[in-house]
Amino acid sequence: MIPELGHFALIVGLLLSLALSILPIAGSYSARPLWMEAARPLALGVFAFVFIAYVCLTVAFIQSDFTVNYVAQNSNSILPIYYKITAVWGGHEGSILLWLLIQAGWAAAVALFGRQLPPELLARVLSVLGMVLIGFFLFIILTSNPFDRTLPFPPMEGSDLNPLLQDPGMIFHPPLLYMGYVGFSVAFAFAIAALLGGHLDAVWARWARPWTVVAWAFLTLGIALGSWWAYYELGWGGWWFWDPVENASLMPWLVGTALMHSLAVTEKRGLFKSWTILLAIFAFSLSLLGTFLVRSGVITSVHAFATDPLRGSFILGFLAVVVGISLLLFALRAPAVSARSVFSFRSLETFLLGNNILLILIMAMVLTGTLYPLVADALNLGKISVGPPFFNLFFVPLMVVLCLLLGMGVRANWKDSRWDKLLSAWRLPFLAALVVALVWPLAFDHYHWGAVLGLFIGAWVFCASLADIVSKTRNAKSFVAGLKRQRASYYGMHLAHIGLAVAVLGVVLTTVYSVEEDLRMGAGDSHKVAGYDFDFGGVRLAQGPNYRAFEGVIHVSKNGKPVAELYPQKRNYFSGGNTMTEAAIDTGLFRDIYVALGEPLDRSNPSGDWAVRLQYKAFVVWIWLGALLMAIGGGIAVADKRYRKARAAREASLSGNLAAA
Amino acid sequence: MSRLKLFLPLIIFVALALLFWRGLFLNPQEMPSALLNKPVPEFSLEKVADNKQVMQKGDLPKGPHLLNVWATWCVACRVEHPYLNALAEQGVPIIGVNLKDDDSAAIKWLDKFHNPYLFSVADRDGRLALDLGVFGAPETFLVDAEGTIRCKHVGIVDDKVWQTKLQPLYEKLKSQRWDAFAGDLSDSLISRCQ
Repeated sequence: MIPELGHFALIVGLLLSLALSILPIAGSYSARPLWMEAARPLALGVFAFVFIAYVCLTVAFIQSDFTVNYVAQNSNSILPIYYKITAVWGGHEGSILLWLLIQAGWAAAVALFGRQLPPELLARVLSVLGMVLIGFFLFIILTSNPFDRTLPFPPMEGSDLNPLLQDPGMIFHPPLLYMGYVGFSVAFAFAIAALLGGHLDAVWARWARPWTVVAWAFLTLGIALGSWWAYYELGWGGWWFWDPVENASLMPWLVGTALMHSLAVTEKRGLFKSWTILLAIFAFSLSLLGTFLVRSGVITSVHAFATDPLRGSFILGFLAVVVGISLLLFALRAPAVSARSVFSFRSLETFLLGNNILLILIMAMVLTGTLYPLVADALNLGKISVGPPFFNLFFVPLMVVLCLLLGMGVRANWKDSRWDKLLSAWRLPFLAALVVALVWPLAFDHYHWGAVLGLFIGAWVFCASLADIVSKTRNAKSFVAGLKRQRASYYGMHLAHIGLAVAVLGVVLTTVYSVEEDLRMGAGDSHKVAGYDFDFGGVRLAQGPNYRAFEGVIHVSKNGKPVAELYPQKRNYFSGGNTMTEAAIDTGLFRDIYVALGEPLDRSNPSGDWAVRLQYKAFVVWIWLGALLMAIGGGIAVADKRYRKARAAREASLSGNLAAA
Repeated sequence: MSRLKLFLPLIIFVALALLFWRGLFLNPQEMPSALLNKPVPEFSLEKVADNKQVMQKGDLPKGPHLLNVWATWCVACRVEHPYLNALAEQGVPIIGVNLKDDDSAAIKWLDKFHNPYLFSVADRDGRLALDLGVFGAPETFLVDAEGTIRCKHVGIVDDKVWQTKLQPLYEKLKSQRWDAFAGDLSDSLISRCQ
């Protein structure tokens, strides 16, 4: 009964979103306030019904209701309860339901927090979101229904949730990622509403900006968490593989980053308007494209979900409708919103334009690399693959230029800057970064010129941001008073830039200074890696809720002082017969000690010698710490009073109008 | 003119959409192999883990065997690997072609995940892979005793692929020549090997 209830809730949600996509927008053109006002309750109603459907599926998982096909495929009765709850999004159908829930959640959030928007704009934004919702409702109901039954012969037991997904990182990764992906639909809806209204001004940008930044911050966290998960769960210490699915989340992030910066120009200077609109369309389109690539089977990837041409055709059709109509609208209406203005070559606008061009170039490069096999195949040029060498060849130099430009740009003014001022502003951070880059590698066992270059780039971004904060406080009475004078969004921006610097430093140091050794070790053996002594205490048996494991015992010490005790595992899951490597990691701010168990060298004698991999990963945590700082920076920027002030001002003018009437 | 420029994103998107539409009906697992029923190309490549030893076509096993293209940068290979281990344990000879890889990474991989290969050759610039018509990793070729490629599989070899595609041919090739039974094979099996 409960699955049918869920199915029914989905259908009601579809009907409500149909109403949402028609009524308010029609009202905005025929000046019917009542129709426009329907947008908010309708959006909340859609959310309520998706939520009911979601709860129903969760209940089916908790009850291990294997008459539901999706539950039987992604859960079994011995799965721990918390993984039963997260297994809801462990497969294709359920993750689309999660997507739908978050999509409806964003629409409901706009309905709740958008009360201060002009009624026409709010009605149009919510209607556009309603149209997007229809697409996902139809997708789930027609091609990916999680409530399908296996009657009349349900299996006695379900197959297991993929052991790779039985991990805390996987609990948070998909929701965060989807929050980001789907969040860009709000910026998209704002862009379409602006095109429809033929009106885009600083006030519009001020509304669209916080929504974009929040989505971007979630996406940043989601990507970082995914990379962190790959690092510790795949068991070999890597953190980025240029897999098509990773690229699918990186591309909207790159365009989203460009969009945030372009929105800043639109808000402050009223420029880049049609460009901003185009980026908003692109960011959401790339989110949809990612879904298409992952779920249609046009590209092979390990992450790829159940691939199905029907689903692929549907998403492609959806993509064609959404993007095709948006771009057509853009072509017809962009002149109405665009503006012409002049700015000097030395201005902040120029640097932000450079930032946008570089980010789009990087995105185009990633898109090319991801699609190249498909393009070549479709054009009958043969089947070709593009591996990490291609991506690194382009990504690294473009990122270097982007970071150099960033450090220069943060010191530039709007409209125009004087060369002598710019040069003197750049001098000190340049020298500081140079010193850092030359000195830091001395702390490691070998000097590496690649590291010097990489450290310079990271330190340059960091020092330039700090220098800007210092110079902004120079004229104040005291340092603290000067600090207080700046806006929250100013600090958010610098924190995000510093986060980027931290991540760059982490990437460089990890790449250059990590040490890995693969050894044969038996009980009592000891080995030294990067100054740490690893004592192998042998292998014992360990028992998990749904797996059995060999567990290595390794004592790590440095100069005789104990550092950590690590227990890497080789797990054997009961249900699928899958073997999984569970690395043991001692995480520190400056290094990770990473131990993974290979295979017993004599398979018949697991208590004998084992292949063991010992790794010292320099500064690897900085990669994810940097991403965390970026996301927090985004959060701080959104907290800026300016966004609430805009509402206050709007309310004041509204009440003023009412009084006048 | 400037108005026309605004249509550019739309035009690019339509081109991409047509491409994806075509992509939907292409099977990335499938690839026309000009090499099918042709001999394995000549090669002379260093062995992974021992770069003094150069392997050549004559060093391939004298019976039917698998030629598996793999790399440490290939995430799908990581998924495929345990199954290759299982096949090797059943006595299926597998030769590795380590594609555009870093030697030390490849050695670590083999130590860590167990080595199912009789040996792997280091195809550092991808020449052998190019000659084989490989477009990515993993890819697996079934080669008969005469050194002729009889079946190819693009993507991960798992239980299903092995049992329905490669194993039936492999078992027959162990005792007979290809020509002796090729005429009796079902068209669907032969077409799937292409």
